[in-house]
Amino acid sequence: MALLETIGLTAFYSDFQALYGVDIALDAGETIAIIGANGAGKTTLMRSIAGALANEAGMIRFEGEPIGNLPAPRIVERGIAMVPEGRKLFPSLTVEENLLMGAYRRKGKGEWTLDTVYELFPVLRERRRQASTSLSGGQQQMVAIGRALMSNPRLLLCDEISLGLAPVVIRDIYAAFPKIRQGGASVVVVEQDIGQALKVASRVYCLMEGRVTLTGAPQELSRDAIRDAYFGAAA
Amino acid sequence: MIWLDTIVQGVLLGGLYALFAAGLSLVFGIMRLVNLAHGDLIVLAAFLILVLVTALGLNPFLAALVALPIMFVAGWLLQFFVFNRTLGDDILPPLLVTFGLSIVIQNGLLETFSADSRRIGTGALANQSVSLGGVHVGLMPLLTFLSAIAVIVALNQLFYRTALGRAFRATSDDAVTAGLMGVEPKRLFATATGIAMIVVTIAALYLGTRANFDPSIGPARLIYAFEAVIIGGLGSFWGTLFGGMIIGVAQTFGAAFNPAWQILAGHIAFLLVLLVRPRGLFPRAVD
Repeated sequence: MALLETIGLTAFYSDFQALYGVDIALDAGETIAIIGANGAGKTTLMRSIAGALANEAGMIRFEGEPIGNLPAPRIVERGIAMVPEGRKLFPSLTVEENLLMGAYRRKGKGEWTLDTVYELFPVLRERRRQASTSLSGGQQQMVAIGRALMSNPRLLLCDEISLGLAPVVIRDIYAAFPKIRQGGASVVVVEQDIGQALKVASRVYCLMEGRVTLTGAPQELSRDAIRDAYFGAAA
Repeated sequence: MIWLDTIVQGVLLGGLYALFAAGLSLVFGIMRLVNLAHGDLIVLAAFLILVLVTALGLNPFLAALVALPIMFVAGWLLQFFVFNRTLGDDILPPLLVTFGLSIVIQNGLLETFSADSRRIGTGALANQSVSLGGVHVGLMPLLTFLSAIAVIVALNQLFYRTALGRAFRATSDDAVTAGLMGVEPKRLFATATGIAMIVVTIAALYLGTRANFDPSIGPARLIYAFEAVIIGGLGSFWGTLFGGMIIGVAQTFGAAFNPAWQILAGHIAFLLVLLVRPRGLFPRAVD
């Protein structure tokens, strides 16, 4: 049974339809990537799964149970955490307080604590008393990832974590992913950086205009196929 | 010595104003809700304590203790079922609804308790005083001031040292992202207003024991509270205490020159501070 499944997922912003029947599936322990151009519906898909956007219950299933209509707090309780696009740190909280907010709903023990997050991103330990706004973009992204991990999620949703960061910083952040997977989390990454997406994921979904236009393992996908799926077929 | 005495009495009076203001400051700081019924809620709580004192023969302090959970629940329900519906991008609905609530509370109290002015008796405590370095201060004003400090310290601890306070600040920053962390803003806001009502009840105890009150005096208390919050700087609890003290000292000095000037002097002090520091003395919030 798939850990996460969307079945004919549609999503709307009032009258505007952003997703037209998206089917994706993710097994436990797997990392998948969602790629696509601006406005393809990637962030809408993430927001739908995370509960920030309401959908029909049966359109999203987590561990076999319908969760499409649950609000965000209920989704976190079930073990799905999101690293939102643009990081969205809390500016009036310190680095450590931001991390602790991630554990707001957490019950019991798990792999991720302040200590293990600081081991994953050692630079945050030095900065833990500082305002989150005083950090560099890459460090802020580390806080956002750490904050999501603090809920000990079984599924981690990463929305555009490389956006606006230097390549060397992006490499540092993705270097943490093997440890995140070892911690027991499956991962969905949304990326505009296709190279990065192909490197980290075992399967890739390409979205265009609210539909899945291509899917497969990275090594099976030719550059031309991806380009057509990304921008629309040239023909 | 008369100067020192005036300053001390003013500072102690400022403690009462800080108590009026702390709940307002808390609610505004977390959800940007300006509660125009705040003063009337203080008067409502004072009547609740009065009823408990007269009907059950309780000591006023014990009566306030009984009133605390009642007011917490009332605040929680008020926020959850009424104020939450008014929150949004538009700042007008909360103003209109709390303004309406203010009128409802005033007239409800008028129907129930008539327009007679009342006072919560504290027995012998009312006349006792202690000597502080040559200045005699009443025990009740001193208790009021110490309670104000205790409330400010407690609110600061709550805000900056607990998971609940962290959630308050995070939700104030960004309610949607706080939701992704598992915070339910509506319930959190209800808890915040419940806590504000606890402060309101403490303020009501000292309002009702200090002087006469009747159903119509709420709005005037609201103005002092507003002035204390604005002078202190939005979002700073210590600033609110300091703001209350400035109003209190200005009022006692005004009254020392001419009793007719008491209220006016407080308002003038407020305007002068605003002229010099438009954002208040210790602003924290950016908006």
